[in-house]
Amino acid sequence: MIRNGTLCGLKGDVVKVAVKRLAVLCLLLSLCIGVIETSAEEFRAQSMQSSQQDEFVPIDQLDVEDQLPAAPLLVAAYAFAWVAMFVYLWSIWRRLARVERELASLANRTTDR
Amino acid sequence: MRRFFTVALLIMRKDLRVETRSRELFLTTLFFSVSTVLVFAFGFVRDGRPVENAVAGILWIAIAFAGTLALGRTFERERYHDVLRALLLAPVDRPAIYVGKLLGILALLAAVEVVIVPLVALLFQAPLFRQPILTFLLLSLGTLGFSAVGTLFGAMLVRARSRDVLLPVLLYPITIPVIIAGVRGIAVLLQPEVDVAMARAWIGMLVFFDVVFITLSLWTFEPVMTE
Amino acid sequence: MMHRMFSVVIVIATIFFVCAPVFIAWAPYESTMGLVQKIFYFHVPSWAAMFVAAFVCGIASAVFLFRGRLISDRIAVASAELVVVFGLIGLVSGPLWARKAWGVWWQWDARLTMALVLWMIFIAYLLLREYGGPGSEKLAAGVALFGMANVPFVYWSVNVWRTVHPTTNVVPTLVPGMRGPLWWSLVGFLLLYVLAMMARVRLETQRAALERIYRELDD
Repeated sequence: MIRNGTLCGLKGDVVKVAVKRLAVLCLLLSLCIGVIETSAEEFRAQSMQSSQQDEFVPIDQLDVEDQLPAAPLLVAAYAFAWVAMFVYLWSIWRRLARVERELASLANRTTDR
Repeated sequence: MRRFFTVALLIMRKDLRVETRSRELFLTTLFFSVSTVLVFAFGFVRDGRPVENAVAGILWIAIAFAGTLALGRTFERERYHDVLRALLLAPVDRPAIYVGKLLGILALLAAVEVVIVPLVALLFQAPLFRQPILTFLLLSLGTLGFSAVGTLFGAMLVRARSRDVLLPVLLYPITIPVIIAGVRGIAVLLQPEVDVAMARAWIGMLVFFDVVFITLSLWTFEPVMTE
Repeated sequence: MMHRMFSVVIVIATIFFVCAPVFIAWAPYESTMGLVQKIFYFHVPSWAAMFVAAFVCGIASAVFLFRGRLISDRIAVASAELVVVFGLIGLVSGPLWARKAWGVWWQWDARLTMALVLWMIFIAYLLLREYGGPGSEKLAAGVALFGMANVPFVYWSVNVWRTVHPTTNVVPTLVPGMRGPLWWSLVGFLLLYVLAMMARVRLETQRAALERIYRELDD
């Protein structure tokens, strides 16, 4: 009975603490959002630049002279993404192979003994 | 709740008492930040006049460097005498220990800033005291955010290897939002025409990051410090 | 078993990466930036994958800190590495685009600076794990939580401050011809993330097993 009671008490405490933490979190979050929203207006009003793009507009034709200098940049970006990803995957594969080889040799040694 | 603050104040008083007896940290940190200001003065002064807008950056970099040094040294002292372990063994709230250490660091940095801020204002002819309340708020909130993260990392790195390098490596990227807000806020105050609304916006950002950093630190201090 | 999974990784990644340029080539040109805007189809997905990885790293670290699950620590370290890889792709493709669109490689505006800072936080995380000595997993988990706290800020920064970087409004207002390739690449990057993470978690598990065997042999 007593043990039951203490257990319940403990459980209640845990729930209470969790609820308290959640409440504090919500409070802080709303405070933060309020603060950032009020300052956001200020930052927006302050800005001098209006060249920021809000959406991309598609066109059908492209000037020939515009196409030439952009191509190497585009190709470089794609090539880099490819190379980076494959180098990373290859490094995982190599590290894994080494660890598994070591595991296998250890297993052999322990069974030999 | 009262017990929490009693413990925190007790730890802060312990740190301050150690410090007032030796004055080691205060004097070394102060001298270090003055030398930082001098180094930057050589870098940013052309023909006897400082480069425009450099003063805010110089001030904050001096504070951040001095803060890192003070944090590293404080926790090195704790480690040397195993004080932190003893504190963690005490039957008190862990977050209270964190708050106590944070208050101690803040007091130390405040003492350094009391000297360094007028010095920078004097050396660079910067009108830092035209808006004393805004300057105070920017400096105190920025220092609070920086030390909140710094105290947590300093405390947890006590157990780590190569801690003296890792502290700035971890601390600077994470506190950059605070430093940006501090630098830009002070820079606004140094303009010929002070834009009070803009300075308030930067203070709002500092409050935001202070709240996030302190909450996260209070939550993570306990699990991070348990071995 | 591992090799089969790994060939699946390579097959899926190859399908997505081989088809992606074709779809992207079909996509219409953008009016002001032209051809170079097509970097968008790799640039945005790489950042999206990085944000997802940063969130997974932060949440897994929180679970590890408060619950002590070893698997979540492995997920966290795998995700942190992938944050750095995807961030690197984003950080390289971004300047290549900017060189043509803005005329400079790098702009010190809010979005770029914060993204760089986020990337550096996760490098610091990996440095701490590498050189922090025993017990650094827990300390690194604390760092990851702070890193995760920065993610929403990086995302919103471009809408709060007016910078030269396009806003997040670009994505929902895309025309269908542009939306298709973007989603294809996005799914591709996320799949790649999940599978690379699985492989990396597997590596961490095997390392732990190896360490355990060594420790048993020592005893």
